[in-house]
Amino acid sequence: MGMTDWLSPADWQAVRLSLRVAIWATLVSLPLGVLVAWLLARKEFWGKSLLNGLVHLPLILPPVVTGYLLLLTFGHRGWAGGILEQFGIVFAFRWTGAALACGVMAFPLMVRAIRLSIEAVDPKLEEASATLGARPILVFLTVTLPLILPGIIAGAILAFAKAMGEFGATITFVSNIPGETQTLPSAIYSLLQVPGGNAQAARLVGISIAIAMLALLMSEWLARAVARRIAAA
Amino acid sequence: MTLSVAFRHAFPGFSLDVSFEAPKGVTALFGRSGSGKTTVVNAVAGLLRPDSGRIALDETVLLDSAGGIFLPPHRRRLGYVFQEGRLFPHMTVRQNLRYGQWFARAIQRMDFGRVVDLLGLGALLDRRPSLLSGGEKQRVAIGRALLSAPAMLLMDEPLAALDAPRKAEILPWLERLRDETHLPILYVSHALPEVARLATTIVLLEGGRVLRSGPVAEILSDPDVAPALGIREAGALLTARIAAQEPDGLTRLDSSAGPLWLPKIARPVGAKVRVRIAAQDVMLARTRPEGISALNVLPVTIAALRSDEGASALVQLSAGEDRILARITRRSLATLQLAEGDRLFAVVKSVSVADESVSLAEP
Repeated sequence: MGMTDWLSPADWQAVRLSLRVAIWATLVSLPLGVLVAWLLARKEFWGKSLLNGLVHLPLILPPVVTGYLLLLTFGHRGWAGGILEQFGIVFAFRWTGAALACGVMAFPLMVRAIRLSIEAVDPKLEEASATLGARPILVFLTVTLPLILPGIIAGAILAFAKAMGEFGATITFVSNIPGETQTLPSAIYSLLQVPGGNAQAARLVGISIAIAMLALLMSEWLARAVARRIAAA
Repeated sequence: MTLSVAFRHAFPGFSLDVSFEAPKGVTALFGRSGSGKTTVVNAVAGLLRPDSGRIALDETVLLDSAGGIFLPPHRRRLGYVFQEGRLFPHMTVRQNLRYGQWFARAIQRMDFGRVVDLLGLGALLDRRPSLLSGGEKQRVAIGRALLSAPAMLLMDEPLAALDAPRKAEILPWLERLRDETHLPILYVSHALPEVARLATTIVLLEGGRVLRSGPVAEILSDPDVAPALGIREAGALLTARIAAQEPDGLTRLDSSAGPLWLPKIARPVGAKVRVRIAAQDVMLARTRPEGISALNVLPVTIAALRSDEGASALVQLSAGEDRILARITRRSLATLQLAEGDRLFAVVKSVSVADESVSLAEP
């Protein structure tokens, strides 16, 4: 019995779509995540608490509220959505919208993991790098970045896992359209709404658990790697 | 090459107001912990921006608050050797050494192989910093700073984290560095023996102010400075040339005040050395003593006297071209009726001069 027999084409579609959404959400938000984590860990500036609050808001807000705010902002009639549509970037009821929702919901976890790894790097090493002639950007690229790389990967994996499981904000923002915005959790939700869908839902639930568990284990292992690397100093 | 430093900076509860010049050679910033030594070095390196002042290395202005100049650390070209090494843990020794060299590639001065030889790093190149001993780490840190083609070296207690054998291992490398590279070195320390071995100039810091600064022999032999250095540690420097290695294990030295015999000094005949003679190891006599075991009797003249509140007094003595200090009781001072200008004999037991008190003098 092959994977395609075990999963119906519709299930398979949901898994593939979820993977695509989660990968894009993670990769696109990663550079921004590193920048924000670095600002929060190393810089003092006006509005730092505000930025910190904003980043963590999706963790606290009901996901349906986050989804609704995304709809108001990036929907067809939203101010940002209207501007972006002129450049051919459409989020509303598209898989890209699902990626945006997942990215926003996963962002706090990603920033937190990266920020912790930056804070574990001794600023004295960065000072040493500067006295040896490195400009600030090169200090970051040659000292900070290599030392936090495991932390960045751990943050990315956590964000990926969170994005794979995101439901509330996604369904509020881009609905539940099979083949376009129906991710794994939305598919499970739909299956549970119809009689006799339980067995099929259980298989998708199994896949979700496996992906989440794998991501947590990898992130844990990488967190230990960063600790070893920095303790070696 | 001269570093001129003059700045003020206020921290909560502590303020600095320092001004001094560091000519070529090793300038030791000496003082107790909390006297502001590291702050001064950080200001020179650009890791701290002082409230006001001016810092310049010859014509290069590093800081001029009046003119709005503040050169960031990466543009100062000062090799900074930190107390804890601060080697990059994700790089091998070779990569650490090459790091600063890469940024200085346009102004290469020091050859990689020469620095590796100078500091004995050949066997360590492919190791990670975590596998190095404390002494090895500091040697790599010194090499890394040297290879960044610095105009000057800053060393913040590079030996403080090391135990005595490791210190003894690194000190000769530092002497070689001073004598072979001709780089001016600003050297922070609170250990007098280290300063006595290495320094050309001393800047004495206390509570964020410069108490005294000047040539090392002059400062160390000044009885008025001794309380700040610690009376027990007071002692002056005598320069001498190794004249002969004698068969009974002694080394004969010629100083401007006369010959000295010390326990074997493993240096070639002709080498110029400086010997630190602790003030409490010097005995004074009105007449040349005879029938005593001490081998070294130098004719001296009293240059200055200072009694302190305790039972002891410090006597500064001219011995040929050098000055030495003797610490005696106030009772002896009174009994012998010592006064400035008196001619005396200073007695120094050979065995009281420890091996680590002898170092190479600058050529």
